[in-house]
Amino acid sequence: MTGGHGAPPAVPGQAATPAGQAIGIEGLHKSFGENKVLRGIDLSVATHEVICLIGTSGSGKSTLLRCANLLEPIDAGRITLWGREITGPGVDQNLVRRYIGIVFQSFNLFPHMTVLQNVTLAPRKALGTPRASAEQEARALLSRFGLDDKEAEFPDRLSGGQQQRVAIVRALAMRPQIMLLDEVTSALDPELIAEVLDVIRELAASGMTMLIATHEMGFARDIAHRVCFLEEGRIIEDAPPAELFTEPKDERTQRFLRRIIAAGRL
Amino acid sequence: MDQTQPGSGDRAGAYPRPGELSGGATIPDTFGTAGRGPRLLSGGGPRATAISSASTLVVLGVLTAIFLLAPGSKEVRHTFFNPHDMWQSLIGNPRQGYYSVGEALWLNIRMFIAAEVLILVLALVIALIRQSSSPVLFPLRVLSTVYVDFFRGVPLILVIFAIGFGVPALSLGFVSVQSAAVYGVAALVLSYSAYVSEVYRAGLNSVHRSQVAAARSLGLSQRTALRHVILPQALRTIIPPLLNDFISLQKDTALVGILGAVEANKAAEIFSDTVFNYSSYTVAAIFFLLLTIPLARFTDHLIERDRRRRLAGAMQ
Repeated sequence: MTGGHGAPPAVPGQAATPAGQAIGIEGLHKSFGENKVLRGIDLSVATHEVICLIGTSGSGKSTLLRCANLLEPIDAGRITLWGREITGPGVDQNLVRRYIGIVFQSFNLFPHMTVLQNVTLAPRKALGTPRASAEQEARALLSRFGLDDKEAEFPDRLSGGQQQRVAIVRALAMRPQIMLLDEVTSALDPELIAEVLDVIRELAASGMTMLIATHEMGFARDIAHRVCFLEEGRIIEDAPPAELFTEPKDERTQRFLRRIIAAGRL
Repeated sequence: MDQTQPGSGDRAGAYPRPGELSGGATIPDTFGTAGRGPRLLSGGGPRATAISSASTLVVLGVLTAIFLLAPGSKEVRHTFFNPHDMWQSLIGNPRQGYYSVGEALWLNIRMFIAAEVLILVLALVIALIRQSSSPVLFPLRVLSTVYVDFFRGVPLILVIFAIGFGVPALSLGFVSVQSAAVYGVAALVLSYSAYVSEVYRAGLNSVHRSQVAAARSLGLSQRTALRHVILPQALRTIIPPLLNDFISLQKDTALVGILGAVEANKAAEIFSDTVFNYSSYTVAAIFFLLLTIPLARFTDHLIERDRRRRLAGAMQ
């Protein structure tokens, strides 16, 4: 294993004993104009913990992740990283982002660069890693995720699943401690979803702390330590998957799950 | 053919057979153009080549005939296409008081190159200022907006006059004692930068916001993201419109002649004033065509290449 995350593997599904809080979110509010997307989110993510965010489109999952990566300025509340506030004034956003990687629904690979250039750009330009060692690390990561022969390809020559795996590798190349995954399989053809989910499973097994917004309920049930159901910008229910998927307490969670089951997604 | 597919079995009778459409309509034997005359406008094949060659010859023939048969044809040919005067204006004769149009063209080329480099830099700076969102840059943003509005609105020839005659009149020491060509280039740069900055801006806007998000989320600074992710993609889109502006710029160097700089058009003017024959202008026109046509074809080539790439991308 070459990721260099140095974390003891946690077994998904078992009640992990978190070594401490990685991300703390308190009273987070975020509006886009009149549209109140987040209305008071409180969430604590422990180191090595995997949390899945579920809920309908527009419930605020993506915005929550983008706020945690500081891609969206917040209106109220605070976010901490290992107890240190990152939403206040005088925070080096670029430094924060080295610790928190994010992968998007639409891959967002750089279309004018090869796979290898996509993966090595940030280590070289943000960390100052020399080209040779950045490329060596990139190749190791690409091979770990089954992309050995793709380093010279441009993104538009790859399948959606391959592009998304490259996007994950690109984020991992910065050696983040935490990964935010924003509906990373939603733009993929059904037969390509599994290869991306396998990659995420491997990350979870290696002990990566993850906050995952997803519509894949079966996957969330398998991989998450905790599942949070969001509706209208609030966390309605926050429970281990075994509990949330079988005996949801809140009426709104029950309604959502009934719809998911009716659609054959669980 | 799979005979068991639905529709070909017992329900087939519910559908009209070939040739039996509802309302008594019939399916034609062919959808070709047979019997409806030649397809003049569709391309391809030796037939199309023959037709296009023939029509070109006819058009050229008619135009030549009009030119040759016009009542004043002989006069015009003598005044504009006199081989002796064309040759004289090409080589020049300082003792007779006129310069070589060919040599003067060298000044156009130098002005074009100098202006082009400066425009590329100044226009990019203006575009980046206008795209910025920092509150510190607010005054500069207003200034560059006013600049772009002003220089896009004022005719280039007025700008050349204003700079070429206004700046020397200011008696600003070093700044006021430059040659006409320098003031001409300054005017071209001021005017064209306003246009080209808008081309840059369109290019920057064409790069999707998610590319910025992806770059910044990796911990890259605004500057690094701009330099390595946004600009390379923007430049790719704007090269054809940019070259288009530079084709106009090549021609517009001729306007600097009004300040007295002896560029190709001015040299032609001096010749015609001396010899009372306009053939020198024809020589200048031919030179400008020789300069701009290769750039125009190169632009076409890039546009076509871009179109093919997009098609290839869409078929993935």
